[in-house]
Amino acid sequence: MSIENNRRDYWRAKLWLLIGILAVWFLVSLGCGILFRDWLDANMFQVGNAPFGFWMAQQGSIICFVLLLLFYNFSMNRLDAKYGFDEKGESA
Amino acid sequence: MKQEYWNFLFIGLSFAAYIFIAIRSRAGSTKEFYTAGGGVSPLANGMATAADWMSAATFISMAGGIAVSGYDASRFLMGWTGGFVLLTVLMVPYLRKFGKATVPDFIGERFYSKTARFVAVICAIFICMTYIMGQMNGVGVVFSQLFGISMEWGVITGGAIVFFYAGLGGMKGITYTQVAQYCVMAFAYTIPAVFAALALTGNLSPQLALIGTATEGSVPILEKINTINTQLGFSEYTAGKMSTLNMFCITAALMIGTAGLPHVIVRFFTVKNVKSVRRSACWTLLFIAVIYLTAPAVGVLARINLIDKLNNVEYAAAPDWFKGYEKTGQMAWADKNGDGKIQYLGPKAAGANGKNSVYTGGGKKPKWQAADQRGVHGERLLADEIDKSNPNELWFGADIMVMASPSMAGLSPWIIGLLMAGCIAAALSTAAGLLLVISTSISHDLLKKIIMPGISDKQEVSYARLASLVALIIAIYFGINPPSSFVAKTVAFAFGLAASSFFPTLLMGIFSKRMNKWGAICGMLAGISFTLGYIIYFQFMDGDASQYFLATETRDGITPEGIGFFGMIINFVVAFAVCLVTPKPPPEISAMVENIHNPSGAGAASDH
Repeated sequence: MSIENNRRDYWRAKLWLLIGILAVWFLVSLGCGILFRDWLDANMFQVGNAPFGFWMAQQGSIICFVLLLLFYNFSMNRLDAKYGFDEKGESA
Repeated sequence: MKQEYWNFLFIGLSFAAYIFIAIRSRAGSTKEFYTAGGGVSPLANGMATAADWMSAATFISMAGGIAVSGYDASRFLMGWTGGFVLLTVLMVPYLRKFGKATVPDFIGERFYSKTARFVAVICAIFICMTYIMGQMNGVGVVFSQLFGISMEWGVITGGAIVFFYAGLGGMKGITYTQVAQYCVMAFAYTIPAVFAALALTGNLSPQLALIGTATEGSVPILEKINTINTQLGFSEYTAGKMSTLNMFCITAALMIGTAGLPHVIVRFFTVKNVKSVRRSACWTLLFIAVIYLTAPAVGVLARINLIDKLNNVEYAAAPDWFKGYEKTGQMAWADKNGDGKIQYLGPKAAGANGKNSVYTGGGKKPKWQAADQRGVHGERLLADEIDKSNPNELWFGADIMVMASPSMAGLSPWIIGLLMAGCIAAALSTAAGLLLVISTSISHDLLKKIIMPGISDKQEVSYARLASLVALIIAIYFGINPPSSFVAKTVAFAFGLAASSFFPTLLMGIFSKRMNKWGAICGMLAGISFTLGYIIYFQFMDGDASQYFLATETRDGITPEGIGFFGMIINFVVAFAVCLVTPKPPPEISAMVENIHNPSGAGAASDH
């Protein structure tokens, strides 16, 4: 029973992490780069000499993607360890 | 040293390295042929995946697209990197846990059906064939430029080389050659960009040159290009010309397609366990980002240099590289006003009436008269009729911009040689990865698992090689007669197909216990046939832009590049609808899905 609970909690924690990451993913790329681009160009600070929305579309979003994946790696490893699903936990 | 010698030196050296590596790591077993035995380190796999991923479309075509369309080309920048986030968080860790060798293998097992496996094989072949057509087209551009031969022979030469080492090494050989290819590509892309950035902005980092200031006149580089563009009658570089809706759909289709591309997914089956998959995906995106962050600067700088070196220059005094590209048919000049000077003007220039086509060919590549037919100033003559309704006199293929950028910036010949080697590495590495997916889909999933289960491992590998030969011949044909004149666009169609077929099906297979075989099969068929039909209608059957989906009087509809987004929605809707009225999957499938969700204990990949 507790193994079942453990599994369920793990899966739930994982889904929340996933939803969070996808929300940021959407916001920085399709959001900032395309949907809200004009507003951001007009109302946000410039990055160097580039308007914010334009810069997000050309470079900023890519930097955010790399950071997102780093964060994902870090958080997943922590979740795996916490619920005992990492490779070490398995062999023990 | 002359330019040719540098080209051959760099290409010769890089090829010697690839062939050496391919022979050293020849595949001995089917397992090594398909997944390199499952023991590649995350870092090496990350590099190999990055090389596999960055195709001729990225390397040769993308920055050219940025130079031509400015902000609008952000769809490629975001689409081809953002997809990795989806791929990493939604797909590959689970598929790796499942531990099968190919994508149709997963679909066949998860949906407990040979029909599903068969449909998946068909989808994989369509996706990879479309993708590889774009690569062969890119290979042709490079080789024709390199040897000064026609496009046709360029494609054929490239094809022969791809076949040689894709067939030789299998996945193991390809993985290690791709590591070498990534290194060549990264240097080849960034070094010319560093010099160009230094010359124009005094900034050592091309990534920062985009947001930097031009040395000449000390105005921001983006302001400079905007001014140039408006003066010549183009829209501002930073302004969007596409409708927001279309831009959104194309970017989304490229991202989603990335997460459903079989040749990228199988790359992650080569590492040891789920944790390594995640780390490897992170490395991959980092390696890709190095080049993607440079590309916007390459685009801006190439455009400034091109206009600076060619606009309002007498043909007789035009630089040698321009005449070289004219010879291979990648650039054209038609002296409409008879003043002997090259004029490059946009659709908003005086008297242009919203057009800037040089010849009447409906956006296709120009047709040429024989190379010795020359005009009054010595220019090569077009066979197409000259479009005199507007004053623009210069045509260039967007695919040529990256290759031409070092010559345009006046950089030394060795840099150009290095760039040539990089272009070839980019096209070959992707083509090899794709051929491998096509050949394994046919030999493993179609022949071994469906048609003739009795064949031995050795026969399976032989069939795989035969299949890749046939696929390559078809790809060469379409490389010579591509479905669109711009490599990146042809490749974008492949993403649409992947987005509408594999992405939804894999996602439902991983996350939904309820999804059954009927839903999956119907969803895949509906999604891919809708998308394929739309592309074929508008690319091959004279479909008109006013008939685009969601087109209104005032707004452009969805172009064929972006239709994959709707293909995906159709796939989801059909799959869930069919699933609701058909029986639940058997209990062992639910247990299987449960098991995929748990990362620990991923055995060796490809036990079959």
